[in-house]
Amino acid sequence: MSLCDHCGQREAVIHLTQIVDNTVTTQHLCESCAADKGVDTVAQVAKHPLGDFLASLGEGAAGGAAGAAAGEALACPQCGATLLDFRQTGRLGCAHCYLTFEAPLRDLLRRVHGNTQHQGERYRAPGSAPGAEGTDGGAAGPEIGALRDRLRRAVEAEDFEEAARLRDAIRGLE
Amino acid sequence: MIDLSLVPDGGLSWLDGSGPQAHIVLSTRIRLARNVERLAFATRGGAEDRARVLGLVDAAWRDSPLGKGSVRFLLDDLDGADRLLLHERHLISRELTEAPSAREGGSGAAVFLSGSTGVMVNEEDHLRLQTLRSGLALPQAYAEVEQLDAALGGAVPFAFHPEFGYLTACPTNAGTGLRASVLIHLPGLVLTKEIAKVLQGLTQVGLTFRGLYGEGSEVVGNFFQLSNQTTLGKSEAELLDHLGKIVRQVVAYEEQARQVLLRDAPTVLADKVWRAYGLLRYARSLTFEETMNLLSGVRLGAGLNLIPGVSVYTLNKLLIFTQPAHLAAFEPPVPGDPEAGSARAGYVRRLLDEEAARSAQARRPAS
Repeated sequence: MSLCDHCGQREAVIHLTQIVDNTVTTQHLCESCAADKGVDTVAQVAKHPLGDFLASLGEGAAGGAAGAAAGEALACPQCGATLLDFRQTGRLGCAHCYLTFEAPLRDLLRRVHGNTQHQGERYRAPGSAPGAEGTDGGAAGPEIGALRDRLRRAVEAEDFEEAARLRDAIRGLE
Repeated sequence: MIDLSLVPDGGLSWLDGSGPQAHIVLSTRIRLARNVERLAFATRGGAEDRARVLGLVDAAWRDSPLGKGSVRFLLDDLDGADRLLLHERHLISRELTEAPSAREGGSGAAVFLSGSTGVMVNEEDHLRLQTLRSGLALPQAYAEVEQLDAALGGAVPFAFHPEFGYLTACPTNAGTGLRASVLIHLPGLVLTKEIAKVLQGLTQVGLTFRGLYGEGSEVVGNFFQLSNQTTLGKSEAELLDHLGKIVRQVVAYEEQARQVLLRDAPTVLADKVWRAYGLLRYARSLTFEETMNLLSGVRLGAGLNLIPGVSVYTLNKLLIFTQPAHLAAFEPPVPGDPEAGSARAGYVRRLLDEEAARSAQARRPAS
């Protein structure tokens, strides 16, 4: 976590990059110092969905104890972190927080990434591989070797789609 | 002091300038963020959780193909100067250079290194797998880090969600957990005042730029780190493909800008790069920032063959070894030189003198 360049106390949530006469400068400010410095935080934060999201979380709390959103009080059963903690640190407490705060996080992920569905490599946890006895490579060995060769060539040719397909095929055999 | 000779190649093999487009692209770095299932993330977890993470990674790393002949540094055992040294080599993040006392009961922070490939433990995420390569080498870097990911992920259970992908402490890294960044030198675009347009264009195509040391660092010496902004919703292949395409485009723009300078202002350009060389070769005191800016000029001159006999390797070496922690560690201190300006200038002179001597030797006809 980086602190505000100006006050050095609060977390910097606004990263202001300016290009003046072709010189690039970056300032890291907390919301309050950014506002003091006349940075148009509304426009600025809109470009930073995380800051926007964190700021919107605060609106409930700012409305007083009675106005605090129910979600603010909800604590992750695994690590005890609340949305308020997330607002203050910008970091979640544990993997389970993604389930505890699923709805608001899905909203945030969509705003940050433009999508919430992981399209990348699918993780297979240790021990969950089907047919554990196949790990010694037995009969699948030569085939895997050929696929590995093709994978290497695909990577060299920067054909990532093909490489990903081959990688999955190799995993399947393993 | 930390013994960096324990690290194969000192973690600096990427400096050799052997990679594709190495005259403009210094290095390619890829990192994958991973967390261990069912343990609190490093920033929230207690000392016990962090110690468990360290133990798990330690065992998995030893069994991985990279484990042999590798080295492990426990950050709590290193003093500030040593941590800074690793950071200046881009082997650990700025976050890990902070004093370990910030976390009670031991930070559990560590870095495992096999050359320029390794894993940081108990940083913001439990694991940050990373590799550095010379030049523009996204596929090669990814192949390396993916292999490590498979080895560690096969031994340590990673936190993964069918919809959100790999789960990370900061939601901006979720999904693939992949950040690929390319360190690129763009003096032509800066001199022709085209840089603002290019950088603004980058943000419109989902990329972001940072300074020499990554997140939160300033741009010095016309070095920019270009990287993917989003990590979720696209496959690793798509993210790398897109970054690679855009970087190649930026390289082409930079080359065009250099040709424009050569055509429209050849004497101004030659004067600029030779002045930079002259200052570096003869100055008696140099600040770090001044050195970076002058090196940028000489790198441009060498790239355009205006300054002969200065290798990309020497220029890369100067970038790393003129940094404060490197000077403090490797150069004898000069009395009355608190900012190490004299030590820095001395080191730069020595390297350039050696390079000039080598170059003269090479030109001399064999007798």
